[in-house]
Amino acid sequence: MPKMTLSHFEASLLFALFTSIVLGIITKRTDRERIRYAVYCFGYFLVAIFGLSWLMYLGHG
Amino acid sequence: MADNPNDALPPASKWAPVVAFAWLIPGGGHFLMKRPARGGLLLASVAAMFLLGLMMRGALFQWQTGDILTTVIYCGGFIANLFSGLFYLLARALGYNQPDVAGHVHDYGTKFLVAAGLLNILAMVDAFEIATGKKE
Repeated sequence: MPKMTLSHFEASLLFALFTSIVLGIITKRTDRERIRYAVYCFGYFLVAIFGLSWLMYLGHG
Repeated sequence: MADNPNDALPPASKWAPVVAFAWLIPGGGHFLMKRPARGGLLLASVAAMFLLGLMMRGALFQWQTGDILTTVIYCGGFIANLFSGLFYLLARALGYNQPDVAGHVHDYGTKFLVAAGLLNILAMVDAFEIATGKKE
């Protein structure tokens, strides 16, 4: 099994991507709604990633 | 409690095989109910999450009790890992279980392995709802 080394950013992006896909599939009833919800979730994940990263950066001094 | 007869659960023979198959193969319940696109996406997402976890040398949890935090983390992690179905069973059988070591990559790997199981629980619930007619 090859070893993979990801940065915090890459790992959290991949986590956000796969989680958004599953959330989109299971929560909505039409394909259009599913895609919209998956994109919406992914967007909020990105906002949280950047927001929390900046918060930690600024809080660290 | 199901007061409305329309809310009553159908016989287990109708949904139990679907849920069991959905546990064993992520997205399998959807395949069984002729929803291959959704099943394929669920399978790809859970498989990618699990394989990335293994490639980052994440650890699979073992049942361990002690203080409340240890019990919650280890037993919860073990249950979540178990819900990855065949991926978990194969990883255990083929010796891909890694020792829990320090480092952010290993730590992410462990979280990815747990998250794969949690995502499969969501997929199983979705398959259950489709099998019982609560959802299309």
